[in-house]
Amino acid sequence: MLGRLQNRYDVVVVGGGPAGLAAAIGARDAGAGRCLVVDREPEAGGILLQCIHSGFGLHHFKEELTGPEYAQRFFEQALEHDIDVVPESYVSGIGIDSDGTRRVRVLNETRGLHTVDCRSVVLAMGCRERTRGAIRIPGTRPAGVLTAGLAQKFVNLMGYLPGRRVAILGSGDIGLIMARRLVLEGCEVVGVFELMPYSNGLTRNVVQCLDDFGIPLHLSTTVTAIEGRDRVSAIHVAPMGPDGRPDLQRQRRVECDTLLLSIGLIPENELSASLGIDLDLVTRGPRVSSTLETSLPGVFACGNVLHVHDLVDFVTGEALRAGRHAGEHAQGIRMARDNITLVAGDNVRYCVPHTLSTGREHTIFMRCKEPMKPCEIVVGDRMRKRLSFVVPAEMIMFTIKPDALEGYHEDTLRIDIRPLEGAGRRATDAAGQGGAA
Amino acid sequence: MQDRLYDVAIVGGGVIGCAIARELSRYRLDVVLLERNAEVGFGTTKTNSGIIHPGHDTPVTTLKGRLVVRGNAMFDQLQRELNFGFQRIGALTWVRDEADVPVAMDLIRQGLDKGVPGLEWWDQARLRREEPNLARDLIGAIHAPSGGVINPYEFAFALIESAMKNGVELRVDCPVSSIGTRDGHLEVGTPMGPVAARFVLNCAGVHCDDIARMAGCDDVRIVPRKGEEFMLDKRLHGIVRRLVFPLPNRKTKGTLIIPTYDGTIMVGPTAHDVPDKEDVATTNAGAAEIFDYVGRLCPSIHPSDAITAFAGLRAVSDTGDFIIGPTSQKGFLNVAGIQSPGLTSAPSIAEFVRDLLCDEGLELQPRADFDPHVEGPPRFATRSHEDQDALVAADPRFGRIVCRCELVTEAEIHAAIDHGARTIDGVKFRCRAGMGRCQGGFCTSRIVTILSERLGIPPEQVTKRGGGSWILLPMDDAGGGDEAGGTPDGATGAEVEAC
Repeated sequence: MLGRLQNRYDVVVVGGGPAGLAAAIGARDAGAGRCLVVDREPEAGGILLQCIHSGFGLHHFKEELTGPEYAQRFFEQALEHDIDVVPESYVSGIGIDSDGTRRVRVLNETRGLHTVDCRSVVLAMGCRERTRGAIRIPGTRPAGVLTAGLAQKFVNLMGYLPGRRVAILGSGDIGLIMARRLVLEGCEVVGVFELMPYSNGLTRNVVQCLDDFGIPLHLSTTVTAIEGRDRVSAIHVAPMGPDGRPDLQRQRRVECDTLLLSIGLIPENELSASLGIDLDLVTRGPRVSSTLETSLPGVFACGNVLHVHDLVDFVTGEALRAGRHAGEHAQGIRMARDNITLVAGDNVRYCVPHTLSTGREHTIFMRCKEPMKPCEIVVGDRMRKRLSFVVPAEMIMFTIKPDALEGYHEDTLRIDIRPLEGAGRRATDAAGQGGAA
Repeated sequence: MQDRLYDVAIVGGGVIGCAIARELSRYRLDVVLLERNAEVGFGTTKTNSGIIHPGHDTPVTTLKGRLVVRGNAMFDQLQRELNFGFQRIGALTWVRDEADVPVAMDLIRQGLDKGVPGLEWWDQARLRREEPNLARDLIGAIHAPSGGVINPYEFAFALIESAMKNGVELRVDCPVSSIGTRDGHLEVGTPMGPVAARFVLNCAGVHCDDIARMAGCDDVRIVPRKGEEFMLDKRLHGIVRRLVFPLPNRKTKGTLIIPTYDGTIMVGPTAHDVPDKEDVATTNAGAAEIFDYVGRLCPSIHPSDAITAFAGLRAVSDTGDFIIGPTSQKGFLNVAGIQSPGLTSAPSIAEFVRDLLCDEGLELQPRADFDPHVEGPPRFATRSHEDQDALVAADPRFGRIVCRCELVTEAEIHAAIDHGARTIDGVKFRCRAGMGRCQGGFCTSRIVTILSERLGIPPEQVTKRGGGSWILLPMDDAGGGDEAGGTPDGATGAEVEAC
């Protein structure tokens, strides 16, 4: 029920974006009784609500939806599953009693600081955008420097423009989507500047949002200074030199009144850190077992708080599983403990989950460090999977079947991505399938 | 309005102008403060390191050396009256080289002679015990328990609020264009028309020389000395517990590690003279300088911990000291060259200026109804759970979190506006909304909306900090004309109502 907040639940989900809603549904499907989703915004749905472009749901629903449409389906499903969804509420802390009861402190205007008892918790707080301070762009501090996501909120939710003449630093998906959006609204987008020699967004977004609109993408280029007293008046950009620093000799000035930043997303794990949960320094999300359980028993994590995804469809799949396991945990069902630790090997930046158990099927998400084509994923001596290409911007998902790990007695299992010599066969659908931001 | 003759017109609403305004508000005087920006404290004050210096390092032969210790001692009462963020966390001046120990001992002696309380030498063992995260090669430090940290902008906001409560008039967006004489008094030219006053105080910070020149006094020279600072992630909270100073050199008190009042760590400032009085750009060189230095002093601090950087300009006079006193223009007084320890000295400078005005013939009749108190802004994040619950019960707006990084509620945004905030920065510096790790990514849109509703202006007229610092445009304005996006009313002078 929308807005109902009871004192006791089986599962409490922190965050009502796509991950949180799916996790609650997964918990109910697994037989959990009462489930609560706490969301800080006036409406559940998370960042999808400001993603009014289409391209969501191609994998999960086999149809193309807008962000709000995708969110609406899960919101309705959540209510059909008799899940309590409480908006405009903030989880300010979680305590654990000696008997294992989790006590979630929820703040909202009607109940004040209200404590909710539960058996399992799912963390689904999402992520935030990296800011100017994190990359220390020198220069003045005028109005007009903002993250692409904030600009998206201005345009799509408030109905205002962030500026007239816009430069974009970073080629993350939100930046690419916003380049197109601003051109459609009559703004001039003077260019997208990307530090790396390749885009950090999905290939399909580069094509559909930049190429189709004639917006230049300047690779291996970065912003070296910001000018303007009250409002941005120009930026300075320079190509990256061979020493990995901007080549200031070739610096040039680009006039603009706005600089959007699309320079990466950071999982919001301040609550997780306050619980003492082990975090992975690479993903900046919790370390999780094959049941997506964190280092704190009964506390699960999914979605962008666990690791930053590119496709909401993958978030949904992961969250349904996390919710299912949280629901089982709430009913006292315990899985056999994991017995294998995954090790990120050659050209693997990270893989999630961090541990596996023999005897079960596992879905592995991972990202490469560098683009490579054609190549293969090598899972110890147990499994190989060919891919036509991998790029850091596109998450790789694959399954390890139970028989692949049969009779495996090592403590660790290493995953590498290795180049394949010669022209590769057509890739499996593990990567390179495109999708929406 | 032109006919009104003020007793005192203060040019400049930095912390010095605000402190003087508040001091003069104790007396039956007509006082007006003229500020060129949209709010007070938006110049050097806002970028100040926020340190209340113990004062042992400034020699008593200078004016600042005499004013600083008195200023420091005044802050306890000021905080009780004005409720700004201030805490005496103590200051350390470290020594790495045996040869510098005598210098440190001289500073201790100098400080004790000046009446700096509690100064003592900490040897290496004591220093390591008290501050275990500092570099192992430091051999000792001067500990000054009276050193403190303060939110300098909160101090300025509280001073002006108190002054206005006691009758001082504030005009913002009000740059001064001329200073002349007329009918035996001074006349200050502003976009809102001339302001007539018996006395004019030049508290214009880095612009003091320009203002003095308008009054026909060509004897003040100000060089802007830039300081860049870096604010670090709260992850580092507690890494040092006290202010960490090097031994001072002639030009600056050096680069510091500052555990701010709000629990973040700040590192800086640099000290480089710049030609441009508006040059508050941060630089790569500044970042490298600070982080190289800090890395050697506190190895756990890494450049990637920076969440934001900013720069400010110290107003450095050619005498190297404060320049406070009458000029060749009768009634025109300079309060110039107020660099470090200017913030610490602000309250004692205000008293000093009051006495100068008295000497110059201003009658000071205390107001019987002077009320020294202003309520501090409400703070939700730091309260106990019981208090938080009670706050929400009393006002449901405390139950709505606007800024998730710093846990700032909607009630606090409204309180900031009640207490005078008119811009995004005004809100941010009053209640911390937008100061955290996401730097306003999540809350800016909500704050724009609240400001727009409260000020009765459309969202496109809400600014970051006044002037041309617009934030958004109406949808139909994208390819529009080329008129620069100043505030539609032109930002040329506004009277601020007392709050």
